[in-house]
Amino acid sequence: MNEISVIISRLSESFLLNCKLFALTLIFSLPLGLLIAFGSMSRFRPLRWLVRTFVWIIRGTPLMLQLIIMFFGPGLLGLSFSWPGGASGRFIAATVAFIINYACYFSEIYRGGIESIPKGQYEAGQVLGMTKPQIFFHVTLLQVIKRIIPPVGNEVMTLVKDTSLARIIANKEIIMMAGEYTNKGLIWPLFATGIYFLVFIGVLTILFNWLEKKLSYFRT
Amino acid sequence: MAILEVKGIEKSFEDTHVLKNINFSLEKGEVMAIIGSSGSGKTTLLRCLNFLERPDKGSIIVNNEVIFDATNPSTQKESELRKKRLHFGLVFQNFNLFPQYTVLKNVTLAAELLAKERPDYKQNKKVITEEIQERAKMLLAQVGLSDKLDFYPHMISGGQQQRVAIARALALEPDILCFDEPTSALDPELTGEVLKVIKNLAERDTTMIIVTHEMDFARDVADRVIFMDDGVIVEQGSPQEVFGNPKEERTKQFLARYNKT
Repeated sequence: MNEISVIISRLSESFLLNCKLFALTLIFSLPLGLLIAFGSMSRFRPLRWLVRTFVWIIRGTPLMLQLIIMFFGPGLLGLSFSWPGGASGRFIAATVAFIINYACYFSEIYRGGIESIPKGQYEAGQVLGMTKPQIFFHVTLLQVIKRIIPPVGNEVMTLVKDTSLARIIANKEIIMMAGEYTNKGLIWPLFATGIYFLVFIGVLTILFNWLEKKLSYFRT
Repeated sequence: MAILEVKGIEKSFEDTHVLKNINFSLEKGEVMAIIGSSGSGKTTLLRCLNFLERPDKGSIIVNNEVIFDATNPSTQKESELRKKRLHFGLVFQNFNLFPQYTVLKNVTLAAELLAKERPDYKQNKKVITEEIQERAKMLLAQVGLSDKLDFYPHMISGGQQQRVAIARALALEPDILCFDEPTSALDPELTGEVLKVIKNLAERDTTMIIVTHEMDFARDVADRVIFMDDGVIVEQGSPQEVFGNPKEERTKQFLARYNKT
C-alpha cells in the first residue's frame, strides 16, 4: 500500500510540471497570439508577409522538433545566450517553445474569427459614427469570442496532452515518470496517468461547454 | 436651399468605371427614389455619400458646407470623415443589426458612445443617458416595436429587424436618411410593414434617398425619382414624369417590365 501512495505522489509531482507548463503557455500565448494575428492582418505588406511566413514555419514543423532546437540551438549555434543550468533551464526552454508554438495556432484562430465577421457589421458601426477601436470592442469582439470558443477549446485540450512532449528535453513530466515504472514491470502507473489527463480535460470540457452556453443568448 | 448637393462624382473599382459624372441636388424634406437595374451604380452612389467608398472625383456639399472634395485632401482625413458620416444615416439591405445587443441597445449604442465625447458628459452622465434611452424608446414606438425592446435580433422577423435598423439610423438625427434596397431581403408579407414606416417618415418631412426596386412605392412616396443605368443618371424628375412620361429610351425599356398599365 505504501508503494502505491509513493508512486501516486511521484506521479502527482510530475503532473504538476505538466500543469505549470500548461498554465504558463496559456497565459503568454493567448495574448501573444492576438499580436501575431494583427500582424498577419496588417495593411503593411512586408510585416504581413513576415508574420505569415513565421506562422507557417511554426505550424508546419513538429513541436517536438522546435523543443529540441530551442534547447540545443543557442549552444550549438555559438550564441552568446544560453539557457540556465539544470532542470529550471530545461523547463524555461520548453515553456518558451510552447508559447511561441501555441501563439501561432491561436493567431490563426483569432484571424479566422475576426475575418469571419460580416463586413456589414463594421460598416454599420462606421455609418453610426463609431471609431475603429469602438467598433472592435463594442461590435466585433464579443461576436469573435463566441465564434472562436470551440476551436480555442480544442487547442487548449490539445495543449494539455502536448505538455508531455517536454520530456524530449528531459523535463520530468508525468508520462516519463510513469514510463519508468514499466521498466520495473508495473503497468498501472500508465493507466493512472491516463486518469490524470482524463480528469483535467474533463474539467476543461465542462468549462468550455459552460462558456459556449453563456454566449448562446444571441446568434451571430 | 438645397440640403445636399452632389457634383461630378466619379468612382471606379479596378477597371470598372462604376459612377460617371453624377450630379444632383436634394432639398430639405424631399424624398428621392433611385431606381435602376443591378450594376447601375445606385448602391455605390449611396455608399459614397456615407463614405463607405471614397469618390475618385467630385464633391459632396451638405447644408452649404463642402464636406468632401476629391481635389482637397484635407476633406478626406479619416478623423473628419467619422463626423461627416453623421450627416447621413444608412439603412442596409440586410439590416446589419448587432446580434449581441437587445433591440433597445442596438438603437442607443452609437449615441451613447458619441455622448462620451461631449465635454459636459461627466457632469451630466445620468441625464444624457436617460435622454438617449427616451429618444430610443420614442423611435422604436414610432416604428411600432415598443413591445420588443428587450428582444435580441435573432428573435424577431426580418421586417421587424429592418424597422429596428431604421430607428437605429434615426437615433443620431441625420440630415439625410439613406436606404439601400431596404426591402429587397424581405418576403412580400414583411415588405409592407417596412414601407409603411418609410412612408410615415416621408409624411413627417424626413429628407430621404431611397434606392429601391419597389416601383409602386417609389411612385407613391417619392418627390423626385432618378433613373440610373451603367453609372449615369439617365433621367430624373417627378414620379409622374419619370414613370408616366419617360423621355429616354433606356428609361422606357427599364420601366416596360414594371408598367402593367
